[in-house]
Amino acid sequence: MKYTQGKYLLLEKNTLARQIYDFTILCPDIAAVASIGQFVNILPQGHTLRRPISICDIDKEKGTIRIVFMAKGEGTLKLADTPKGANLDMVGPLGHGFTVSDSSEKVIITGGGIGVPPLLPLARHYGKNAVVILGFRSADAVILRQDFEATGAKVIVCTDDGTAGEHGMVTAPLSREITGVSRVFACGPIPMLKAIASVSEQNNVPCQVSLEERMGCGVGACLVCACKVKKNGDEHFGHVCKDGPVFDSEEVIW
Amino acid sequence: MSDLSVKIAGVEFKNPVIPASGVFGYGREYEEFYPLSKLGGISTKGTTGQKRNGNLSPRIAETPMGMLNSVGLQNPGIDKFISDELPNLMQKDTVIIANIAGSTPEECAEVATKLDNTDVHMIELNISCPNVKQGGAAFGVSCEGAASVTSIVRKATKKPLIVKLSPNVTDIASIAKAVEAEGADALSLINTILGMRIDINTGRPVLKNNCGGLSGPAVFPIAVRMVWQTANAVSIPVIGMGGISSGADAVEMMMAGASAVQVGAAVITNPYAPINIIDEMNDILDKKGIKSVKDIIGSVVPW
Repeated sequence: MKYTQGKYLLLEKNTLARQIYDFTILCPDIAAVASIGQFVNILPQGHTLRRPISICDIDKEKGTIRIVFMAKGEGTLKLADTPKGANLDMVGPLGHGFTVSDSSEKVIITGGGIGVPPLLPLARHYGKNAVVILGFRSADAVILRQDFEATGAKVIVCTDDGTAGEHGMVTAPLSREITGVSRVFACGPIPMLKAIASVSEQNNVPCQVSLEERMGCGVGACLVCACKVKKNGDEHFGHVCKDGPVFDSEEVIW
Repeated sequence: MSDLSVKIAGVEFKNPVIPASGVFGYGREYEEFYPLSKLGGISTKGTTGQKRNGNLSPRIAETPMGMLNSVGLQNPGIDKFISDELPNLMQKDTVIIANIAGSTPEECAEVATKLDNTDVHMIELNISCPNVKQGGAAFGVSCEGAASVTSIVRKATKKPLIVKLSPNVTDIASIAKAVEAEGADALSLINTILGMRIDINTGRPVLKNNCGGLSGPAVFPIAVRMVWQTANAVSIPVIGMGGISSGADAVEMMMAGASAVQVGAAVITNPYAPINIIDEMNDILDKKGIKSVKDIIGSVVPW
């Protein structure tokens, strides 16, 4: 794999919800090789550590990627301050993304909160063969609903407080829709992923989960983003940046 | 174009810039950015006698102008290093420094003995890892401990031996002298400074290991001071590190007495940092009309 580091133009900047930013970045060399579920590592000006942010959309013709992120800590708040037309210092595309099958397969794509953005290209790939189940805290936190609906997928929104869509967790519609599905893709908070993996395993449907961890280099050298995984019965620390961020749920030790 | 070559313990480096142990793995990831032959050398990820899993995550936290890390020497063990990584590294036309560590002096010696039969250019004995419960910094914080582990490892290998010192000590010069007396060929310093951050919302330390090693630009003045004190106390070469992120920093560290520099945290900020530092050093020396980088080693004129 060839990694690229450079300064890339912030073409478009929007706000999707409170603290949720939507950037479109011109980066033809990164867009050309990026695949679904990968991420970029962006340096907020004046900081020591980059911030890993999942790729929400890839437009290979225009040479752009889209990222949707939450400004939560000092680094992401600094990134959110980047004005349209300024450059972003970015390394990418990084990580092992989703393993995508033929688009005629029936799949479920599910996730929650700020874990939703990297799922959008999956919905675009599977279109009407996908059921997309998105969970949010409340109606004002719902993001990318129209983007997912525009892919032709069946979209079910759930909220914790019932202010939008179904009242409750994504696992209820997941259990309802999983019959006849060949795979599940998921990204979101750990308790949600654990629940999604459990429902998938009970139904013998393979499930891929995208994880998150505090990162350093982003390329697999510094070994700080360790997560416990098992392969062939052997437990070890894999690394979210290179072995992941996407893992088969069976490999993950929750 | 200045002559950037330096010689340490009989080993020729084409330039004095070496990615530090821990940030660079075994080079494979960075080869995707640039040819490793551009580097003066590579200090490989700390390797122990047996495979180590390391500490629980989170293992990293940002700090003002720096970072804390607590990886805990995760590595596949010396046998895997020799069979799976070293042969590839030895083809890269750069000096390969095997960084080694162990829970006991005997484990360090065993690792050094195994490397003695390989083509590796140098060994860097880590007596200063702040992130493991046994060994690591425990050897490096007393003159007796540092001398004893150096002595045992010295007998175990004929390779040029660099000993990597801890900054978490009262008097680094006395430890340096103790290590020199036991036959170290060179010293490298500083390892990270023990630090801690607490998340005030959860009341929990940010790192799962509670404490970790501080590195990055924040530690640079401490590193310059310790390299200066050490270089003045010993007659073996010193490799300086700690917060170097520009060519100017590297020149400053060499003026303090370093014969070469290692670059750690800056690689995490920018994968091209070592390459940029080489280019920037060259520009600085050219502008100053200095023909060889060797001429600036220890050239500081103290007040």
